[in-house]
Amino acid sequence: MRIGVLAVQGDFAAHGRILQQLGVPWCEVRHPEQLREISGLILPGGESTTMLKFLLEEGFWEPLQELARRGGAFFGTCAGAILLAREVTNPRQPSLGFMDISVERNAYGRQINSFVDRVLSPVFGPPPLEMVYIRAPIITRVGPGVEVLAEHGGYPVLVQQGRCVAATFHPELTNDRRVHVRFLQLAEAASAR
Amino acid sequence: MIMDDLFRVKVGLAEMLKGGVIMDVTNAEQARIAEEAGAVAVMALERVPADIRAQGGVARMASIKRIREIMEAVSIPVMAKVRIGHFVEAQILQELGVDFIDESEVLTPADEEHHIDKHQFKVPFVCGARDLGEALRRIGEGAAMIRTKGEAGSGNIVEAVRHLRSVMDAIRRLTVLPKEELMAESKRLGAPYELVCWVAEHGRLPVPNFAAGGIATPADAALCMQLGAEAVFVGSGIFKSEDPARRARAIVKAVTYYNDPKKLLEASEELGEPMRGLDVSRLAKEELLQTRGW
Repeated sequence: MRIGVLAVQGDFAAHGRILQQLGVPWCEVRHPEQLREISGLILPGGESTTMLKFLLEEGFWEPLQELARRGGAFFGTCAGAILLAREVTNPRQPSLGFMDISVERNAYGRQINSFVDRVLSPVFGPPPLEMVYIRAPIITRVGPGVEVLAEHGGYPVLVQQGRCVAATFHPELTNDRRVHVRFLQLAEAASAR
Repeated sequence: MIMDDLFRVKVGLAEMLKGGVIMDVTNAEQARIAEEAGAVAVMALERVPADIRAQGGVARMASIKRIREIMEAVSIPVMAKVRIGHFVEAQILQELGVDFIDESEVLTPADEEHHIDKHQFKVPFVCGARDLGEALRRIGEGAAMIRTKGEAGSGNIVEAVRHLRSVMDAIRRLTVLPKEELMAESKRLGAPYELVCWVAEHGRLPVPNFAAGGIATPADAALCMQLGAEAVFVGSGIFKSEDPARRARAIVKAVTYYNDPKKLLEASEELGEPMRGLDVSRLAKEELLQTRGW
């Protein structure tokens, strides 16, 4: 099993450090042909508009769909979650649509409304998940096939559908590895097929 | 090193901007061009540094109307500059809701001795530095991001390279010093001892380290990245060039592919004329912006 981290822009190095610590083979992905060599892809935090333009201009769109078709696992944090969603608002923008969720960008407001909180997830159990929200989006709708792994303030903030996981916060900016481990199990299943 | 929740959230936004380009803009139209080109953030300004340099006079925080117009035009983070030491301009910008404040030597300093106590603010700050001591003094005051000062508005990369090399060399040096020499090093650098120890242990700054001041071409941007910068600010280099939209896109591409000469060649082709640029060594001492602040 090999994990790719989309390294266009954003906090991809933070994800890479975690994979390193967990002893998982991984690579930074900057070219579409690299998608053929991985069983899971992490879409990091950053600016979704910047990443989106890059994916469209550098010919990533079809190879990403191909990775999804062959059962690859995806993990998006914040901007990454926006890219995975079916529908994006504030403003409207294209997205990959691998998960049946609707996402509103910058839904908590501007940077002064960014925050850290700790929330117990019924799926992961204690201790609470530490959640760092930076100009975070809100998941405003989840489709029937989507499992909610954690909520905050009445909104889903960590969701899973098939082999895709999306978080509106940044597990990569904490010392809690449980969300990454869950994603790696999905990627493991993908590579075993 | 204080790493409370508030500081983590401030540094967190800086983390999100890594690998990106932050562009100076002076109106809503330029802001939209920047966003469309793939900028990760824009810096809202009354005048770009090259014009500040040319026109002279006192350079202050941009007008609220102008910053607000830019905030309404784009969905990416909006930064704005305050004068060094002018904490009331910072209070006003925080109230306005800008996403990052640049306590900047490009504006005319309000205080020649003291910088802003940035820990008092909820909004994160970026500050310029020429060397490691200056960078750590600013981080000690609460800066969540450091950028090189370079020489703003010059279109000349030489000063940014000097500052970047100076910071990176000093970091490398700290990592090989024995622990008992760190206090003397802290004294020599004029930097807080705890931060000197942190850098010695980790081999990097405790906050993201960006480049700014004189970046005019995709090659300049990639040079800064290869020298260890984690993102770049481009000021006058884009909107003082012949074809700003194209140059902006090319610089964005060069930062993502900073280590890939084939892609850098693509980014450097058919760019139109860059901004003209200044020979920094011929500028009079009092014309230098980088010597403002300490």
